Amino acid sequence: MVIGQRVKRLEDYPLLTGRGGFAADQSRTGQLHARFVRSQVAHGRISGIETDQARARPGVVAVLTAADLPPSFPKIAPRQVGFDEMVPYLQSVLACDRVRYVGEPIAVVIATDAYEAEDAAEDVFVHIEELTVVVDPRVEPSAWDDLGHDTEVMLINEAYGEVDEAFSTAECVVELELSVGRHSGVPMETRGTLAWTDPMTGTLHVGGAAKVPHYNRNALASMLGLDRDRVQLHEIHVGGGFGIRGELYPEDVVVAWAALRLGRPVKWIEDRQEHLIAANHSRDQVHVIKAAVGLDGVIHAIDDEFWQDQGAYVRTHGATVPTLTATLLPGPYRVPAYRVRGHIRLTNKTPAGTYRAPGRYEGSFVRERLVDVIAERLDLDPAEVRRRNLIGHEEMPYLRPMSVLGSKIEYDSGQYVRMLDRVLDHVDYPTLRADVAQRRADGEHVGFGFGFFVEKSGLGPYEGVRASVDPDGALRIVTGAASVGQGVETTIAQIASEVLGIDYASIRVSHGQTDELPYGFGAFASRVTVMTGSATHLAATEIREKALEIAAQMLEASPEDLELVDGRISVRGTPARSLTLGQVAADLDPSGARRHGTTPSLSAESWFHTDHMTYPYGLHFAVVHLDPETGHVAFERYVIAYDVGRAINPTLIEGQIVGGLAQGLGGALYEQFVYDDLAQPQATSFIDYLMPTLMEMPEVEVLLSEDAPSPLNPLGVKGAGEGGTTGAGAAIAGAISDALGSAEIIHSIPVAPATIWATLNDA
Amino acid sequence: MKPASFDYVSASSIDQAVSVLSELGDEAKVIAGGQSLVAMMNFRLARPATLVDINRVPGLDVIDVGADSVAVGALVRHRRLELGGEVPGPLGDLLAEAGHHVGHLPIRTRGTFCGSIAHADPASEWCVLAALLDARMEATSTRGTRLIPAEEFFVTVFTTALEPDEILTAVHLPLLSENHHVGFAEFSRRAGDFAIVMAMTAIEVADGRITDARVALGGVAAQPTRSSAAEAVLVGRAPGAETFADAASAAAENVTPHGDVHGPAEYRVDLVRAMVRRSLTRALGEG
Repeated sequence: MVIGQRVKRLEDYPLLTGRGGFAADQSRTGQLHARFVRSQVAHGRISGIETDQARARPGVVAVLTAADLPPSFPKIAPRQVGFDEMVPYLQSVLACDRVRYVGEPIAVVIATDAYEAEDAAEDVFVHIEELTVVVDPRVEPSAWDDLGHDTEVMLINEAYGEVDEAFSTAECVVELELSVGRHSGVPMETRGTLAWTDPMTGTLHVGGAAKVPHYNRNALASMLGLDRDRVQLHEIHVGGGFGIRGELYPEDVVVAWAALRLGRPVKWIEDRQEHLIAANHSRDQVHVIKAAVGLDGVIHAIDDEFWQDQGAYVRTHGATVPTLTATLLPGPYRVPAYRVRGHIRLTNKTPAGTYRAPGRYEGSFVRERLVDVIAERLDLDPAEVRRRNLIGHEEMPYLRPMSVLGSKIEYDSGQYVRMLDRVLDHVDYPTLRADVAQRRADGEHVGFGFGFFVEKSGLGPYEGVRASVDPDGALRIVTGAASVGQGVETTIAQIASEVLGIDYASIRVSHGQTDELPYGFGAFASRVTVMTGSATHLAATEIREKALEIAAQMLEASPEDLELVDGRISVRGTPARSLTLGQVAADLDPSGARRHGTTPSLSAESWFHTDHMTYPYGLHFAVVHLDPETGHVAFERYVIAYDVGRAINPTLIEGQIVGGLAQGLGGALYEQFVYDDLAQPQATSFIDYLMPTLMEMPEVEVLLSEDAPSPLNPLGVKGAGEGGTTGAGAAIAGAISDALGSAEIIHSIPVAPATIWATLNDA
Repeated sequence: MKPASFDYVSASSIDQAVSVLSELGDEAKVIAGGQSLVAMMNFRLARPATLVDINRVPGLDVIDVGADSVAVGALVRHRRLELGGEVPGPLGDLLAEAGHHVGHLPIRTRGTFCGSIAHADPASEWCVLAALLDARMEATSTRGTRLIPAEEFFVTVFTTALEPDEILTAVHLPLLSENHHVGFAEFSRRAGDFAIVMAMTAIEVADGRITDARVALGGVAAQPTRSSAAEAVLVGRAPGAETFADAASAAAENVTPHGDVHGPAEYRVDLVRAMVRRSLTRALGEG
């Protein structure tokens, strides 16, 4: 058995020995370096761009602006959850007449080295007539352009059940205003692109991004007017993805276009200051939510209205984040009636997209805060209120009559109550509650909080692999899916190893190369293990069957009498009569295949299709202690329970969970893109954008379970990439609020120490 | 985030370094550890025309322990003070304790004690220590060497009394007798950040009474400052919780910090109270 084993990562050797190849490590002979000139004002009309002085500087090859782009150059379209009404709000790759956020690309300087390019970029003078800015997404929508479009891109409406009736007859109504701050994935590796054309074929090659290479290839080809096979994307190592890195951005398109136009390789490596104002922001929602509740704590209806601060444009994620927020907000609870209105509003800030646990981090914070307040108002235990509302195991699969990302929401499996009990047992909840109560009576500020959530994973519609055994016995697997460093190669190798009995460490897995497999969806939505893993299982099974069939002919035995162990096929009871998979593969060259009456090569290409997502689920439980003099939050315990159906490699999953928590904790306590009243960004370096470090991380107790395998795929797996993040804002905010003396104190994250100090000192 | 172009001189002697500075004045900047300067150059907030690298100047990586003072040379890294073993007595303890809170390990390994003082961030551990102990800064130029007391040295944020042609070649600190008790407390958002508020204390106790008290604060003004109010409360009293609380209150009542992104002014005032009390408590080995 290799599935379920804590085997070492195949990816680590090059990374740990300094042999990794990241975007900045790539170079091509004769390459040029790009530096973007970005808007320094948040909203204005461009009245002129002076480039002469920059062009005259040593080493400068070109200074390009929107005026140099081909006429009617396309804007970057949504990759998912796009709607027609978004078209007016898409971003030009270089600003034409208006700029709408600080950091918007206006021009690009191309020079023979990166230093010269940056020097010259300072000599590009952009004249901008400043216009009024919008900073608050909740103000009345105002004009966005001169064509009659306003700053509300669209209103998301979802509802089911008898909401109004539930509120009119409710024994108790709880209403709250809650908000999640603006933060995002900030990978250690900033963005970077190297584009070059092969002089022999004219093919444009682009390397540097990881995540959705096939989609980006198609989009780039379309925007640049090239045939798809004339554009190839190459995924290399990546220093973190988290949803934001690897999307198609204006800079990627400009760099590719510049490489074609200039006939030389062009390299762009984003610096950290650019990253914090130019790569996708995320989160940033305000919710006004109310619940109709019985005195027993049972929720009869939820009615929510929220505002998503989308920033200045709609980018590749379209309405993904607000749609996920709207439809997954009810989470693990029954909620028989539900209504939500989500306003996608534009402001003069960096455009927003998805970030690890998009919509679920926000929605879980809102829902779990609501449940805590319900419990307090009804004088009920917060764990008990959750128990009374959790969807039961016997109700699975559970249909939530809405759909998201093109699939209806049907929780495939789950044992939510069992998970709650597991966590309560693990922390000895009655004792813990009594201890907390006693310590509070003694004057300490200590409290606990829950973040129960349902994740989603395994987004379709398909993913495929091509697997083949070489005559020397080596198994090679090519997938169109991508890797953002999460351990795809190891996981896929373990699944294939399980079926074929080949040492997982000998299996080579290739991903994210558009010239190796024409179709691929990529690495997002915790989908790769589910989708590529399932396709791998299908392909390996097909190879196994073919190998046994051919071996039966070669060994003159019946296929039923054969067994495949450690990559060797033998006749049961007669181990001397055996063949390796390599020997079978060698006998399947075209001549051998003809003799065997089959197709050449010991290989299979398999596609796994699905119309439904799988729904993993989890529970964060935090115990915090507050320092009343400083407002410092100290974690006494942090427990994360997570059910992935079936754990291919528990160590990798635990890594995902703990790493995910670092990001969820960052959003709860530290990270925030602050803007001033003129929409000037205030957090443009790591001095002001506070990333949590190892020193800020609690010791995490991970309770990984396999209670609820998914019925939707042959392995029973669910995705593991996001649950470490999802419940963190909810649990941490809940614990702080509890420690401050009431569930009703913390209404927004991140929670700054000064806020805690002010609460405890009535300041 | 690449620096504007600059010339680079690697000085092989202090004479060579100061003669370059004498020639170029404020067009030149001295680089030792570069932990603040290089970041500022990358942000293009600093654009020196010439960098004068003193890393190869012999004799600057010295901790010179004398009878009643110690001179920390311009190339002594934070890490060396943090690891301790060279400076005797309570001063060595304070250097080790405060040194541990300077930035992160890579910063401490490369950055220098004198560089931090020349950079003059009012929330820097070393600037607060210099104020606490009335350190004297040894400034060297072609015109000779002079000693500048801490009180005059720190002019305002990132600004010192060093002339453009001077190098901070050493900082002289008084050794503390075994009757001294030293304490340190700071609050920052994250480990390794510059403190929002920091307090450092050195109190001398004889026959159960405080005979000498020094209390210094960081993060409350444009310079590291002494709290004479807290010191006045302490001297003559017996050390203990009540004394320390009174001193902490006196310190808090006599600062006028500004509010910022971390919180309102009152928050810093309260942090002063907490940090002074904690540093005094730690000085007496109680927590």
